[in-house]
Amino acid sequence: MLSRTADNLYWLARYVERAEYLARILEATQRLTALPLAYVGESNEWESAVATAGCAGAFYAVFSEANEENVTDFLAFSTANPSSIRSCFEAARTNARAVRTALTVEMWDAINGTWLELRRYGNGPTSREELSRFLRWVQESSLRFDGCAYRTMLRNDAYWFTRLGVYLERADNTARILDVKYHMLLPAHEQVGGPLDYFQWAAILRSVSALTSYHWVYRESLKPWLIADLLILKEEMPRSLASCYENIVTNLDRIAAAYGRQGPVQRLARSVRTRLQNSRMDDIFQRGLHEFIQSFIADNNRIGTTITQQYLT
Amino acid sequence: MRILISHDTVYRYANPPASVVQILRLTPRNHDGQYVGSWRIDISADCRLDAHEDSFGNLTHTFSVDGPVEELVIHVEGDVDTEDTNGVVRGAIERFPPGLFLRETQLTTPSPAIRDFAAALKAAGYGETLSLLHGLLACLYEEMTFDADPTHAATTAAEAFAIRRGVCQDFAHIFIAAARSLGVPARYVSGYFFRSDGVNDQNAGHAWAEAYVADLGWVAFDPANGISATDAHLRVAAGLDYLGAAPVRGTRYGGGAENLAVRVRLQQARQQAQN
Amino acid sequence: MAVAFDEMTGQDGKLRPAYRELSAWLGEIRPDVLDYRRREAEFLFRRIGITFAVYGEADSQERLIPFDVIPRILSAPEWALLSRGLEQRVTAINAYIRDIYGKRECLRAGIVPEDLVFQNPVFRPEMNGQKVPHDIYVAIAGIDIVRVDDQTFYVLEDNARTPSGVSYMLENREIMLRLFPELFSRHRIAPVDNYPDELLATLQSIAPNTAAAEPTVVLLTPGVFNSAYYEHSFLADKLGIELVEGRDLFVRGEEVFMRTTQGPKRVDVIYRRLDDDFLDPLAFRPDSVLGVPGLMSAYQAGNVTLANAVGTGVADDKAVYSYMPEIVKFFLGEEPILRNVPTFRCREDEHLGYVLDNIDKLVVKEVHGSGGYGMLIGPAADKAMLAAFRAKLKSAPANFIAQPTLALSTCPTCVDSGIAPRHVDLRPFVLTGRDKVRIVPGGLTRVAMKAGSLVVNSSQGGGTKDTWVLDG
Repeated sequence: MLSRTADNLYWLARYVERAEYLARILEATQRLTALPLAYVGESNEWESAVATAGCAGAFYAVFSEANEENVTDFLAFSTANPSSIRSCFEAARTNARAVRTALTVEMWDAINGTWLELRRYGNGPTSREELSRFLRWVQESSLRFDGCAYRTMLRNDAYWFTRLGVYLERADNTARILDVKYHMLLPAHEQVGGPLDYFQWAAILRSVSALTSYHWVYRESLKPWLIADLLILKEEMPRSLASCYENIVTNLDRIAAAYGRQGPVQRLARSVRTRLQNSRMDDIFQRGLHEFIQSFIADNNRIGTTITQQYLT
Repeated sequence: MRILISHDTVYRYANPPASVVQILRLTPRNHDGQYVGSWRIDISADCRLDAHEDSFGNLTHTFSVDGPVEELVIHVEGDVDTEDTNGVVRGAIERFPPGLFLRETQLTTPSPAIRDFAAALKAAGYGETLSLLHGLLACLYEEMTFDADPTHAATTAAEAFAIRRGVCQDFAHIFIAAARSLGVPARYVSGYFFRSDGVNDQNAGHAWAEAYVADLGWVAFDPANGISATDAHLRVAAGLDYLGAAPVRGTRYGGGAENLAVRVRLQQARQQAQN
Repeated sequence: MAVAFDEMTGQDGKLRPAYRELSAWLGEIRPDVLDYRRREAEFLFRRIGITFAVYGEADSQERLIPFDVIPRILSAPEWALLSRGLEQRVTAINAYIRDIYGKRECLRAGIVPEDLVFQNPVFRPEMNGQKVPHDIYVAIAGIDIVRVDDQTFYVLEDNARTPSGVSYMLENREIMLRLFPELFSRHRIAPVDNYPDELLATLQSIAPNTAAAEPTVVLLTPGVFNSAYYEHSFLADKLGIELVEGRDLFVRGEEVFMRTTQGPKRVDVIYRRLDDDFLDPLAFRPDSVLGVPGLMSAYQAGNVTLANAVGTGVADDKAVYSYMPEIVKFFLGEEPILRNVPTFRCREDEHLGYVLDNIDKLVVKEVHGSGGYGMLIGPAADKAMLAAFRAKLKSAPANFIAQPTLALSTCPTCVDSGIAPRHVDLRPFVLTGRDKVRIVPGGLTRVAMKAGSLVVNSSQGGGTKDTWVLDG
């Protein structure tokens, strides 16, 4: 297939995934900041939302302080922010439109419908209730698109490139939450405990929609090291780094098999996956959680670049 | 006169592009007033150089280089014997009847100011075509100031004439636009000019115009120097305008800005003498 | 103006045989049923059109072209005459373009004035002396035909560059088949749905000699912002070929490649829907970002076919149009089967005199204009407009041609007040391959939806109809 077509499919999927992630962050932050101060401490959760969204640079170029109003606007509706939810959906549709014939009718309807609906929100909701509905809608739109892709696409390279987009973006997002909140997840916090941390932990799990999963997997109250374990090493957890890499490797292997040729990106992805499979949380804590995540983010970016070089240009 | 030419076109890229594609019109052909002794083109990168003739009879070379390309040097050298033919260009390769060279192009569309300028000459009594063209040559040289700053490769005749400033390319475009507006076929010539003032090193090639005079044929006028072409003019390529005769046209994929430097060195070969 | 010839009832109100069944059916069908189907057709078009409309962004509603459910019918003998005439015309066009960029015999023989070619913006000096694969310049032509009576078809305009509209021909038929199966069962109608196959076969047949046995064909589009993008993606899909933009292609060693996920793949034939000016920034407009740098050098080296060739506008320009009958005779030694609309060339003194004297009865057109710009419809103009145009004509006569106002044929059409005659034209598509000329029976019928209007352009409220060619 045309490299440009594959590129459009890959970014289409990435942007939809990113929009969903932003909605989850905003939702989790909104929830956290609604708690009495005694429960969450003095930390500015809006600041950390900006950091988790990975757009601190762009944000502070415009605003001096992070608060509910400007962070919500910047992450959800700003046209100046190329990674706002609105910009993500715009970019997703632009990509979709460029490869209209490579999409199924259902996928096109899903993304185009989302885009049309988005216009109805104008410059953003006026109330908290409306914002909540909007954030729900964003997540549902992403689910609908993903479901359409899963249920209607031919299982060929077009499908595999959309999957790569989804999982690469997801791995990046999960890693970014861990990167911003890693200090909350260190075992040293075991002693601290208390309601303050509990709500922070719950918020982390919520932002990757894993609060319920946690309980099913561990059948325990929230423990920071278990949260780290769930988000990093548990392959059965759909947004964990391990699960993303299981999927990235599988899809890259399918492409390599179909093309009868593999390249550097297959080797790189396998080595990242192997590292995740062979790690234990104890070792990661010992060598430094922060360093581990930083190096993962770097690897994940390198794989993105290599996919682009190998297939998309 | 025997002229030795060495011409380097050097591209440096701050951010190396992934590839570069170019088409060169850098190879002169013979006509009654010039004979090419030797000529060669070297490209600093590994590539295939495909030689063709374009629809006007110019020799072209096309090549593409896969990057990353940090620097690209196009080196041309050769020697050419020239003769003064009073500007008359005979025996050159002609692929079109003169009538084609009445075509307007984007770069040579005459503005009302250029039309008026040309019409005024005609009204001033330069009746016959040749004297009209000489009048145009003289008046343009008088009217225009040579200035490399305000214009660039995409400047049109109309724009340059409006500010009465430009380089040899602009002078030639205005001359062509004016001549065509008077119904005289005219074309653009790129090449080299050997300066008699001892300045051998130049930072650009040269450009002038040719106009068609019935019974005489194509006659070369150099409006930037205010003279007819002489044996100091070395003719390389001809076209409807700069774009049709440009020494180099190219594009690049990826990368950042490019820095272009041109070094032209012309020398007169020493006179041969009997031992 | 004389009463227009109606394709169903002729000039005398007598039912013409090709329309016998349709007329009976129109008599039988209940108005509410017809109206229901009409709305259903609109709904279906909107659904297909959704994909078309969304490209138009905000004004998506307006961009739907009205579809009329009453077909336009041509009998087998009529079509036989038309298709012979079309083949002749397009064959002559190809010979003419080849000559213009080659030996220029028709200029030397004085068939066409030299300045009309050399001063013409659509003439491409770059094509001079260049050979194109198999000497086929116009592989896809759309010839606009109008009818004035039972016997007479005129060519109104030749489209030899990138004619569009064929997607409507195909979709109109699809929708009619879905909505009116009973009407189809009462006729034997030549199919059109093999057009994509015929087009692909044509394109493959003109692949360069250096191409692989299975040549790679692509469709080059300017991109999603082009108004015909829907047709581009529709055709690429039906042909099963890649829809590429300039940036998907590159030139190496005078061959064209496309960037694929499996590495560079050589391209042999480019069905390009991009104008000459934008094809190659190294040969044409240097500021074009839609084209492929170096494409012309690959083309000139004979390693790629462009369909249509570069510079074919020199055959479909309004100024050249009036010379087409002479061109047909000169190159084929035959009388033209399809006539031209009588045309006065204002560049010629005699013609100019006539036009100035009769301007109130004529349509005056600017030779390089299009889309109805720079046009005067004499009978509809007031005195001031006529005077202004007379002045224009006198100052630059060579820029104008003039034609009598034609009584275009009409066809029964569903309008708000019921069924009424409306003026129509026809654009058949003529495919010229190395092996043969292929013409799918029919074409795109355009209809002026306003009473009395002669303007069928979709930009001015014109609609389309399915075109039926009866089989025997």
